[in-house]
Amino acid sequence: MTAGILAQFGDSFWMPIDASTYAHRVDRLFYFILAVAVFFFALIAVLMVLFVVRYRRRDGEVSRPSASHNTALELTWTIIPAILVVVIFVLGLKGYMDMATPPANAMDITVTAFKWAWAFTYPNGHVDANLHVPVDRPVRLTLTSQDVIHSLYIPAFRIKKDCVPGRFNRTWFQATKVNDTEGYDLFCAEYCGTSHSAMVAKVYVHDAAGFQRWLEEASRWEGRITPVQRGAQLYEQRGCRQCHSIDGTRVIGPTFRNAWDEIVEGRRVFADGRRLGDLLGEGYGAEDYVRQSIYDPGAHIVAGYAGVAMPGYRGQIRDNDIPAIVAWLKSLSDRYRSQAQQPAAGSSPASAPDTGGAP
Amino acid sequence: MSAVAPGYAVPEPAESYLAAGRGVLSWLLTLDHKRIALLYLAAILASFLLGGVFALLIRTELITPGPTLMADATKNRDFYNQMFTLHGAVMTFMFIIPAIPAIIGNFVLPLMLGARDVAFPRLNLASFYCWVAGGVFFVLVLLTGGLDTGWTFYTPYSTETTTRVIPATLGAFILGFSSILTGVNFIASIHMLRPPGMTWFRMPLLLWALYATSIIQILATPVLAITLLLLIAERALGVGIFDPRLGGDPILYQHFFWFYSHPAVYIMILPAMGVISEVIATFSRKHIFGYRFIAASSIAIALLGFLVWGHHMFSSGQSGMANAIFSLLTFSVSIPSAIKVFNWLATMYRGSIWLKAPMLYALGFILLFGIGGLTGLFLGALATDIHLHDTYFVVAHFHYVMMGSTLFAFLAAMHYWWPKMFGRMYSEFWAAAAAVLVFLGQNFTFFPLFVAGARGMPRRYAEYKPEFALYHQISSLGSYLMAVGLFLVLAVWIHSLLRGRRAPANPWGANTLEWHCASPPPHDNFATTPTAGDPYDVEAWEYDPRTGSFVKKDAAATAA
Repeated sequence: MTAGILAQFGDSFWMPIDASTYAHRVDRLFYFILAVAVFFFALIAVLMVLFVVRYRRRDGEVSRPSASHNTALELTWTIIPAILVVVIFVLGLKGYMDMATPPANAMDITVTAFKWAWAFTYPNGHVDANLHVPVDRPVRLTLTSQDVIHSLYIPAFRIKKDCVPGRFNRTWFQATKVNDTEGYDLFCAEYCGTSHSAMVAKVYVHDAAGFQRWLEEASRWEGRITPVQRGAQLYEQRGCRQCHSIDGTRVIGPTFRNAWDEIVEGRRVFADGRRLGDLLGEGYGAEDYVRQSIYDPGAHIVAGYAGVAMPGYRGQIRDNDIPAIVAWLKSLSDRYRSQAQQPAAGSSPASAPDTGGAP
Repeated sequence: MSAVAPGYAVPEPAESYLAAGRGVLSWLLTLDHKRIALLYLAAILASFLLGGVFALLIRTELITPGPTLMADATKNRDFYNQMFTLHGAVMTFMFIIPAIPAIIGNFVLPLMLGARDVAFPRLNLASFYCWVAGGVFFVLVLLTGGLDTGWTFYTPYSTETTTRVIPATLGAFILGFSSILTGVNFIASIHMLRPPGMTWFRMPLLLWALYATSIIQILATPVLAITLLLLIAERALGVGIFDPRLGGDPILYQHFFWFYSHPAVYIMILPAMGVISEVIATFSRKHIFGYRFIAASSIAIALLGFLVWGHHMFSSGQSGMANAIFSLLTFSVSIPSAIKVFNWLATMYRGSIWLKAPMLYALGFILLFGIGGLTGLFLGALATDIHLHDTYFVVAHFHYVMMGSTLFAFLAAMHYWWPKMFGRMYSEFWAAAAAVLVFLGQNFTFFPLFVAGARGMPRRYAEYKPEFALYHQISSLGSYLMAVGLFLVLAVWIHSLLRGRRAPANPWGANTLEWHCASPPPHDNFATTPTAGDPYDVEAWEYDPRTGSFVKKDAAATAA
């Protein structure tokens, strides 16, 4: 809230709040070019209006004799703009070199973009859907993509870098203002398909101690929250909700509503005509199917969803998260819940309304 | 070409080209450059209407931050993605690139050369049917599932999506041939058909501009053709060229694509600049200022335009050295553009400025191109481009250049040569009113988007943060205003065709050769090949109030 109010004061008509070390340099160049542009536009417009008024054609009048070329004049309006654009080029290059050269002591965060969410991997292995960084410390991002081209864009930091499959791009920034509640906007700037406009996240800037505290808490969920809550958290944070609904509606992939019932009863039918029931058995249970669907989604495509390519999450969702996801899927399935009511009237149904009601 | 009876020297009031043949086939199979120009006019205006409908749907969707047109968010996003893709593809490939060369160039170029037709009339008709065939593919795309890749077809998205990429790229491929054939024809015509007296430096500046455009068309378009074929090969046959999973490189696609598509920007703007040079001189009643500099700047833009494609890729991960070089080269293109603007202003100085509709559009062009060009400085500079790239700032910038500049020049050209095309005048008042409406609409639609973009609004977003709503709402209202203005333009034209008074041979007092023949011209344009003088000697003409036409001073003197 406070940060939101601060943001109102921190920005200008043209530019959003500047919250990184080189943002104000970008802004200075922006306003310098703006001054040049306004000057030349005013010059053109004023001369044009002046000539139209002064030399407006009146009946029977012809133009006044004047030269049709003047080499000195031509050279003047060639050389002055040429000098100005070289100045702008040099200022632009200097600012860019700052952006392109990360300091040696930078903290490394790996950015993996996929349709349609972000995965930020921290030095300790924790993966998060939002970018959390310490204030006043250089952060180097190594960016890649799992599917199509995306582009990481943080307006408050004036930073943008494409996430290209098959290669690693690098960029860096140093945040200057703590903002750990509202967060700054983080957008995907390269069109990437249906939910491109929903591929947005937040950047939270913590003070040094706050960042360590956050990282420790975020890395460890066991004992702090229930498995169902963890499952719901992963659903919200890791991009699942972009394609899978939890209220039964069809979005891009199959809904999770009552999905566990369908899976555990083997009723699910695949695009190749086989039924899940024929596959389930010793060594391949419903949980194994869920795990495979997350790590290797192309293995079994649900009938009616052929041609939709989901990115695989191997290495991004850890093995100990799979049981949490299964617990959460169970909480979304009516029949399973009603059957589970008698023996274990407890944790999972009770917390289900929380997650089911999430927007 | 039909043979002309020998001894045609006596200028009989020859039948106009509009009446020189009857029936649908006399139009569809015509080899007359003027009729081909009108075929293009009808087809390209239809494309413009289609692209405009997509534009209005885009602007309507963006009135609210959330889903606007459809309740289902996913369907709404897919629909929006299709709309901006189809808007871009139709407007780029089927309207802006062909508009001035294919309509105005085809009609005016042979007349300006004092020639009977272009060098290769059959090739000219073939290029029209290439355009039609390309258009058919685009219609096919529309009817069979659409396209959602963006007009740029970036890989690997374009090899993954389930929409109709192959028909669309084939369409663009075929449209490219239309463009190449027109370019070949214009270059050959300018080399071979110039009349006695027309040295290179006595060519009208529109011809210099069309010549420069043609160079780009024949050198750059084949690269696009090859790129699109490679894309089809990857998509249909799984040949790994751009997809990293098959050993390809998606950035390579961007290099190939922009190697064509940045020069293509100059295919769009150079003929527009040529039109403006003609209009400004004629309506200032004065010789153009700095002829050689304007002519040379067209060629300079065409050549430098080939060296700047990398500025579309500053954030893609290409090396810092490449970024620095492309940034510097990008700025070099701004100089010849600035030279043109200053020369136009100098032409107006001490002129006798006649505010007819074509001149209003030309003045609008100078202001809008000023904004479009100067905002390019922000995007050429590396540090600011990183922030502004792929935001609405870029959207606003290129709409000022394409819509604000090319469309305005196209409308200036249409109003300037309209009397020659159809032999009718139009309502000056309503034409001027429409020009003012379109100008206001342009600025309301696109100026707020500069601010939205600088503040961080990314492009191609079906939904957006509520803080950007005000900019989008002003923009959407502006787009409706522009639509009203453009329909008024159409109404003025239709009224002129039905009720307009007869146009004289030279209503504006210009000295380029097309004004030396009747309005509309006869099928063969000129009875005898005229001799060209200084194309900007407008002071040699004076207004004759009895006929409403300008007449040559010496001719008037001998007659009296």
